[in-house]
Amino acid sequence: MSAYKRTPLHAVHKALGARLVPFGGWEMPVEYSGIAKEHVAVRTAAGLFDVSHMGEFEIRGPEALDLIQFVTTNDASKLVDGQAQYSALAYPHGTVVDDLLIYRHNAEHFMLVVNAANIGKDLEWITSHNRSDASIENISDEITLIAVQGPKARDILQPLTNVGLTGIEYYYFAQARVCNVDAIVSRTGYTGEDGFELYFSAKHSEPVWNGLLEVGTPRGLLPAGLGARNTLRLEARMLLYGNDMDGTTTLLEAGLGSIVKFEKEEFIGRDALSKQKQEGVKRRLIGFEMLGREIARDHYPVLVDGREAGHVTSGSPSITLKKNIGLAYLPADRAAIGATFQVQVRNKLSEAKIVRTPFYKRKEGHESR
Amino acid sequence: MSPDDLLYTKEHEWLRIAGDGGAVGITDHAQEELGDIVYIELPKVGTKFDSGETFGSVESVKAVSELYIPVSGEVIEVNEELGSAPERINDDPYGNGWMIRIRLLNKNETADLMSAAEYDEYTSQEKE
Repeated sequence: MSAYKRTPLHAVHKALGARLVPFGGWEMPVEYSGIAKEHVAVRTAAGLFDVSHMGEFEIRGPEALDLIQFVTTNDASKLVDGQAQYSALAYPHGTVVDDLLIYRHNAEHFMLVVNAANIGKDLEWITSHNRSDASIENISDEITLIAVQGPKARDILQPLTNVGLTGIEYYYFAQARVCNVDAIVSRTGYTGEDGFELYFSAKHSEPVWNGLLEVGTPRGLLPAGLGARNTLRLEARMLLYGNDMDGTTTLLEAGLGSIVKFEKEEFIGRDALSKQKQEGVKRRLIGFEMLGREIARDHYPVLVDGREAGHVTSGSPSITLKKNIGLAYLPADRAAIGATFQVQVRNKLSEAKIVRTPFYKRKEGHESR
Repeated sequence: MSPDDLLYTKEHEWLRIAGDGGAVGITDHAQEELGDIVYIELPKVGTKFDSGETFGSVESVKAVSELYIPVSGEVIEVNEELGSAPERINDDPYGNGWMIRIRLLNKNETADLMSAAEYDEYTSQEKE
């Protein structure tokens, strides 16, 4: 018996020869044909990801928006039906409970999508701040989430669905049929490419996965694991909860000021974040590239003027750019683009330079979140 | 099945003995576990290591792994080709993917290493 939870597609991954590893309490595919190959497939054609470990909550009732506005930092009142928004749950001192997506079905029905490792914590947090008794339902176990990402994602998905995909803008979604199954078709993703995320009942997992694989394979689609998902999202400077931000870093320090909307009504974390905005942050999450050949890895110490100043929060070879890149917190007065610092790579100190992010931006299509 | 003419460590290095010397690399099992190798750090010619010491490191996209010398030895040659083509370790771990050649400093230590059959048994148990 595995101590880890498995997605409804576990048997399919095994049959495809995936390497399965523990991730956030789940046994997940980290790679199928190789991280680099899968990464390139997503940048040039398409990749198919099972991300069913993610959590989904339904928030319903006349007070649904009120609850969401109170617990999240972005302004959900700006959403229209069929629109999605990147947002966060903050602690009163402005640090991060979780980052999440908010989907508005209608004025009294929303869906929140949260990180797998935080499902229990988030549910408890939101429930404990449910002042006006909105209905909160954790539907994570009933939902399969498959992402089709890459420049060919639209062409691959279109013949399998009854909705016109060009009509769905970035960060919008539609209720549609996919492989003859009811699904939410959302133009979102975590790779820096155009693509779609499909939410549907877990009992239909295999036909939808196999349908996409069948249409996609001749077009260059590969099943892709969490390994490629991580290298892709890092190139696009999409943050990973638990690495790049957590309960010890504020949203402003993490560079997520664009999802903190001070002008909306009261929300948890507002006072602390407002104060920090006025005073200025003392440290800032920056993107860097290594000047030598060494690879900075998660948790390696970073040094400014020879003194330890923080650590690498995410570090990896960039497969697209053929450089070694990463993110780290540095003192705000030493965080200028072009400034250099050192990363302790095991027993040696290696030079790194602060660069503009995202490291990678796709050439055409929709803007990145 | 691992090649019969090599000796193996529990850390998944192999040693190919030839006279007083030997070539060292990592096994097919090891390269497969690591995935796409993108960087390797190897010692300089002339460096001496005691059996089991770290002689370098190999990095894939997702992880870094230390390299342990199977027996005490002095480095007499380094596979410089791997600097620009580390993927050779994935493609040909027992051939072009060799890492260093050493002069053996204590030949008796080879008795501590595993045969191919023992190594295959060891990796099959490790998987379970």
